[in-house]
Amino acid sequence: MIEDKSIIKVGMADLNVTSNPNSIRTTGLGSCVGLTLYDPHLKLAGMAHVMLPSSDIAREGQLNIAKYADTALPELFERMLKLGAERRRLVAKMAGGAQMFAFAGSGDTMRIGPRNVESCKEMLVDLGIPLLGEDTGGSYGRTIELDCETGVLNIRSVQKGVKEL
Amino acid sequence: MENLGNLEDFKLDVLKEVGNIGSGNAATALSRLLNKPVDMGVPKVQMLPFEEIAEKVGGNEQLVVAIFFRVEGEAPGNLFFILQPHAAKSLLSRLANIPSDDEDSFNEMEHSALSEIGNILAGSYLSSLADFTRLSMYPTVPALAFDMAGAILSYGLLQFGQMGDAALLIDTTFLEGQNQIEGQFFLIPDPESFGKIFRSLGVPMNDD
Repeated sequence: MIEDKSIIKVGMADLNVTSNPNSIRTTGLGSCVGLTLYDPHLKLAGMAHVMLPSSDIAREGQLNIAKYADTALPELFERMLKLGAERRRLVAKMAGGAQMFAFAGSGDTMRIGPRNVESCKEMLVDLGIPLLGEDTGGSYGRTIELDCETGVLNIRSVQKGVKEL
Repeated sequence: MENLGNLEDFKLDVLKEVGNIGSGNAATALSRLLNKPVDMGVPKVQMLPFEEIAEKVGGNEQLVVAIFFRVEGEAPGNLFFILQPHAAKSLLSRLANIPSDDEDSFNEMEHSALSEIGNILAGSYLSSLADFTRLSMYPTVPALAFDMAGAILSYGLLQFGQMGDAALLIDTTFLEGQNQIEGQFFLIPDPESFGKIFRSLGVPMNDD
């Protein structure tokens, strides 16, 4: 049997799900966090490219739930369940949350990367999903790709090369 | 606050002129530094989806040198001076006598020199805007990054992120010699700054 493997792309402030044999990827994460959920039994993967920690600060007319950690994670979770994933099997991995400009600006914007990471972790605790691995922080960009076959999260960065979780 | 997605054409023209004046001054400064004529493109003013902003410099994963300034004062915003790595090396060798063939890394000396070049250009960009609008605008200390364009530019979109998935970008390209792109200025005014800029130039606002 010939398998058509494709790469599902997730844009900024976007989320998506896919299954074997595909993989799912997002590029150029800076202070944003790429969070993935994976069901190893179904080889089902979901990914969100989270930009901001909390929808409390949203002033947009129509809320883009993929953008905020506190709304994106429940949505991704629900979409996984709809496709047959089970809560007790789900595991999470994440990367990003960098501080691209260490000395620039001031106040809240500067800490947005770490706050995105904290907020994602809180949501995972609420949903009862274990975090199997993370590559967060630093001051560099990352591109990540999760392989549905293996559940391995591949992380590429300019400064640190390739890393697998 | 006004919906920025529906800015009328004449308001976009006003912003284009704002970009024109700022980058015209910066191009003159660059031309003096290089002692060569530097051309610039007509600034583009667009409301762009986040995804497309990094496309302007070659895509999310394109390696770029970015010198970032937070603009403070009465019309705050984010200002990026973006160079392709080869253009950054070429600027360094011509302006600071720092020759290097290695486009994959920038050492401390190069960082410092590029930040200073960026500082001069951003200073001339902003001071002309400040004169033109009579609004105070000044850059913070420059911060430099050599990384993926998407990772860098997303930082400049955070203020817009709370309001939608698109940002207004004033984008000017400099050219020197035969189609060689030297650099790009991206000015992303904070959403709240537009009203102040328009008012300062006598453009009537809906919410006045």
